[in-house]
Amino acid sequence: MAKLVLEKVEKRYEGFHAIKGVDLAIDDREFVVFVGPSGCGKTTLLRMIAGLEEITGGDFSIDGVRANDIPPDKRGLAMVFQTYALYPHMTVAENMGFALKMAKVPKAEIVAKVSQAAAMLQLDKVLDRRPKALSGGQRQRVAIGRAIVRNPKGFLFDEPLSNLDAALRVQMRTELVKLNKELQTTMIYVTHDQIEAMTMADRIVVLNGGIVEQVGSPLELYNNPANLFVAGFIGSPKMNLLDGEIVARDDHGAQVALADAGVVTIAADGIEAGPGTRVTVGMRPEHTMLAESGPIGGVADFVEHLGNETLVYVKRPNGGMMIVKADELAGIRMGDPVTMAPRTDRASLFGPDGRALIRRTFHLH
Amino acid sequence: MKPSISSRVIFGVLAWIAALVMFFPILWMLITAFKTEGQAIAIPPLLIFPPTFESFLAATNNAGYILFAINSVVVSIGSTVLAIAIAFPAAYALAFFPGKRTEFTLMWMLSTKMLPAVGVLMPIYLGLKEAGLLDTRIGLVGIDTLMNLPIVVWMLYSFFKEIPGEILEAARVDGIGPRKQMVHLLLPLSGPGIASTALLSVILSWNEAFWSINVTASRAGTLAAYIARFSAPEGLFWAKLSAASVLAVAPILVFGSLTQRRLVRGLTFGAVK
Repeated sequence: MAKLVLEKVEKRYEGFHAIKGVDLAIDDREFVVFVGPSGCGKTTLLRMIAGLEEITGGDFSIDGVRANDIPPDKRGLAMVFQTYALYPHMTVAENMGFALKMAKVPKAEIVAKVSQAAAMLQLDKVLDRRPKALSGGQRQRVAIGRAIVRNPKGFLFDEPLSNLDAALRVQMRTELVKLNKELQTTMIYVTHDQIEAMTMADRIVVLNGGIVEQVGSPLELYNNPANLFVAGFIGSPKMNLLDGEIVARDDHGAQVALADAGVVTIAADGIEAGPGTRVTVGMRPEHTMLAESGPIGGVADFVEHLGNETLVYVKRPNGGMMIVKADELAGIRMGDPVTMAPRTDRASLFGPDGRALIRRTFHLH
Repeated sequence: MKPSISSRVIFGVLAWIAALVMFFPILWMLITAFKTEGQAIAIPPLLIFPPTFESFLAATNNAGYILFAINSVVVSIGSTVLAIAIAFPAAYALAFFPGKRTEFTLMWMLSTKMLPAVGVLMPIYLGLKEAGLLDTRIGLVGIDTLMNLPIVVWMLYSFFKEIPGEILEAARVDGIGPRKQMVHLLLPLSGPGIASTALLSVILSWNEAFWSINVTASRAGTLAAYIARFSAPEGLFWAKLSAASVLAVAPILVFGSLTQRRLVRGLTFGAVK
């Protein structure tokens, strides 16, 4: 149970402004993911919430109580570290029960809580082992179990899956989301992996250079990126970004003349910019179609057959690359000339400042 | 690239020469201890002679060896326990909560070891005198503690640096305060490091001569002071002096060789990694 509110939160080191004023309200039971490239401040922000880093500006509150100066051990939050940070000289059971033991919880209660958490995390058979004798996935679960037994107000995860192999990572992803529903607790999860963010989050916070670029549900971010940074960061393969200029507009959309290509029409309910505005057109690979004749031309530079889909890497005349997600039967070979057209209803437009020009609402079913 | 045979031979010979040069005084002391006073000053030096325990008996009988030995044990162990008790929390703070002045603090502590001890002899002597601590074990324990404190802090600091900070951070977030972190996490995790540090501190205190000779006499003197008594104004009694030296050096030599592996590991810790 915790509602966490950050208001104009800042972190300044000597000569370095790591967090430049973050406003964010995290609701009780919400699963929020901080995502961004390395050095964007996501881990710093998490550590500030945990109390491991001092907040040098702004206000942070837990359930309405200002928490800037509350030491980490009094905040009632639990943290799971990337390196797991297990106590190497203790068994799994001792690791999980340590905080309770230090808090002088009766032994019987500790045993009950530890075995309950162990059962939930499938650790019941390794309770007597030391961390050294565990696999990566088991260590990870011990770290989570150590957090669970304390029944914290909220969980903070710092890239907890990045040391696991790919298969285990996918499995743990779903387990963590299930855990969030089962425990009904607020969770904040830091990752640099946008796929983790997309698959796990109720809401994603995209951070870049110490500022919040956008906050929203995974699909909001995917369909309506607020700016070029989010557009490029969320989605894999990356969104295709092409420069152009608006040549005409009406109530239903705009016509954009692309540099080195023809004119494309972008559907929109309303556009805040008139003809002559320099814009960037964003088209996701799956919203870029190969067409008999299209406004955008190029040569298939590389073709990836993934079975369920085919990725065509197209080299444009100006040297830029575009990625098209094509039908597996497209029959494109390397070196083939290609023409493409955007799905006009799914393309995005960004103004000269990099901000999205169109804020359409998608009606998702 | 492997060094050639000839260069290995040369280095081997040089190493042996260096070792023998260093070991020779100790060997000679050991031999002399089993001579009579007359044999000890014979020219040319005697290499073959009937060994005698005469000097050992003379050195222990009326010189109070046992008292000095007990003093050495009490002072070296007492000062070590005290130094570690003070240095442990200090190193914890320096290693896990570094600030702007952490590095300076560490250098400053070490710099105190660069002063010649004799420079502060007068103030410390007078201080001990005023406090009534001249020729007391407590006084000497205090001095040895302070003498070894910088090194003990440095060593513990480097051992603590090897422990991932996230382990203690995890404990902090888990509601565990500094004292419990130190007792339940740091202490067991740095056990070997503390042992090495303690060993070194014991050896340094045991071998400390300057303060022992200057601020103690017959009551609280350690074995270093005991040896010094044999260079009396009446002249040098080489055999007795050697026997006394052997008796003073032997315990720590045995102790050191028994704990050698741990000690070497401790001294090279951090330096090689």
